[in-house]
Amino acid sequence: MIELNKDNFEQEVNIDGVVLVDYWSESCGRCMELMPDITKLAEEFGSQIKFCKLDIKGSRRLAMAQKVMGLPSIVFYKNGEKLEHLCGEELEVAEIASTIKNYL
Amino acid sequence: MSELYDIIIIGAGAGGMSAGVYAARGKMKTLILEEKRKVGGQAATTNELENYPGILEATGPELMEQFRAHCEKFGVEFKKATVDSIRVSADGFFKTVTTSTGEELQAKSVVIGTGAAPRVLGIKGESEFRGKGVSYCATCDADFYEDLDVVVVGSGNTAVEESVFLTKFVNKVTMIVLHDKGILDADRTAQEQAFSNKKINFVWNSVVDEIAGDELVTGVRLKHLKTGEITELPCDGVFMFVGTVPRTDFVKDLVALTPQGYIKVNEKQETNIPGIFSVGDVTDTYLRQVITAAGDGAIAAVAADRYIEEEENWLEKVGHFGGSALVVFWSPTNPQSLEVIGELETRCQIYPDLRIVTLDTYKSQIISNRFDVKEIPLIIRFEAGKEEKRVLVNNMNDLDILF
Repeated sequence: MIELNKDNFEQEVNIDGVVLVDYWSESCGRCMELMPDITKLAEEFGSQIKFCKLDIKGSRRLAMAQKVMGLPSIVFYKNGEKLEHLCGEELEVAEIASTIKNYL
Repeated sequence: MSELYDIIIIGAGAGGMSAGVYAARGKMKTLILEEKRKVGGQAATTNELENYPGILEATGPELMEQFRAHCEKFGVEFKKATVDSIRVSADGFFKTVTTSTGEELQAKSVVIGTGAAPRVLGIKGESEFRGKGVSYCATCDADFYEDLDVVVVGSGNTAVEESVFLTKFVNKVTMIVLHDKGILDADRTAQEQAFSNKKINFVWNSVVDEIAGDELVTGVRLKHLKTGEITELPCDGVFMFVGTVPRTDFVKDLVALTPQGYIKVNEKQETNIPGIFSVGDVTDTYLRQVITAAGDGAIAAVAADRYIEEEENWLEKVGHFGGSALVVFWSPTNPQSLEVIGELETRCQIYPDLRIVTLDTYKSQIISNRFDVKEIPLIIRFEAGKEEKRVLVNNMNDLDILF
């Protein structure tokens, strides 16, 4: 998964294709739980969808500019436009996987 | 089908893991199922843990890791799984736990410790702005609100503790409280912390009517409960701490619940289904703390162990016995009951196929209660595990009707 920050965000996300961004932070327990499963999804679907992650520590303003103000948040983009925003403590990997399949 | 466990515990919170320590230390084959990777339940999401006796300084996750280490020391198995249903065998003894992936696990006893989840009020905008300004977890989301203004809904211990935690990050916390000025649901210690914190403000007699925003939260509409007046309060985030709801959906057709959905238990943590116990926040209990959940766990594990012993003895001698059995309910404190056993043994010498089973009513309370044994000496004749006739013995001639 590509690690995003304020310097490369535009360039990585603003592409002609679907991009998944996993907004996370070490203090978010649920994010840490989901991470290994999302890494697995990246291995499976990485050739069709671009998988990125953004540590909000140090990139808080960047996340807020993307209208993300809660973790875990998984946001799908196309051409830099937001397609879908999944979030909440009870977010399950099955829901993320089925959303990914919708965009294949 | 899996190997047979003595006890399967659903939920690795304080209650479940305490049951795990007691069960595994008592040599029971023990499995704990937890849907999250991290153990500890709700206690693992709080930083402030000040009232667990003997633990002067530890965060919730730290103490819960200790619980886990303690479980592992005695050989508890952990497995990551979400439980969809529990099924009980025809004879009542074997419980099959089915997980969301369809796996079936078998046990002689089950402890339900699934806890409670934060309550969602269903205010306009609450679900729409989830992750965009509406939050149920201060430790998860506090970072976003550095130097911003937030609203906290609720006034219980959790609401106050999380508000105090948020003040380390935010510019200002405004607590929306539905009570009269000066009244919080939190205990006195928490109240003092709230009132003495300069970053915490209060709006009394009010509820949040609507969460407003445009992509992100921009403010709340407050309704005054006495005047009905609506006011707008600009803010960047809304934290909801308005209590919890029990996680009992998966057993609502199996065990008895209160109208609010909590599992009804007795002083032995037994549900209405023999061999199924429940502990911690998910039960209908007076206090929901780490220490009370841990106490529940100890009781449930010991009660489950006794249940298995009593039930196995019963099934072997009577329940699964195809022939005729005379079961004497007796007690060492009742001398007459001892004489009755002696007389019965003499009379049965000419019926070698009749099996005599003696049950001490104090040691075998589960079976005694199941057959509604109130007075002794009582003898029940069973044919292939089914009650045929019973006699309360006043004098030895009463024994005649058993033959």
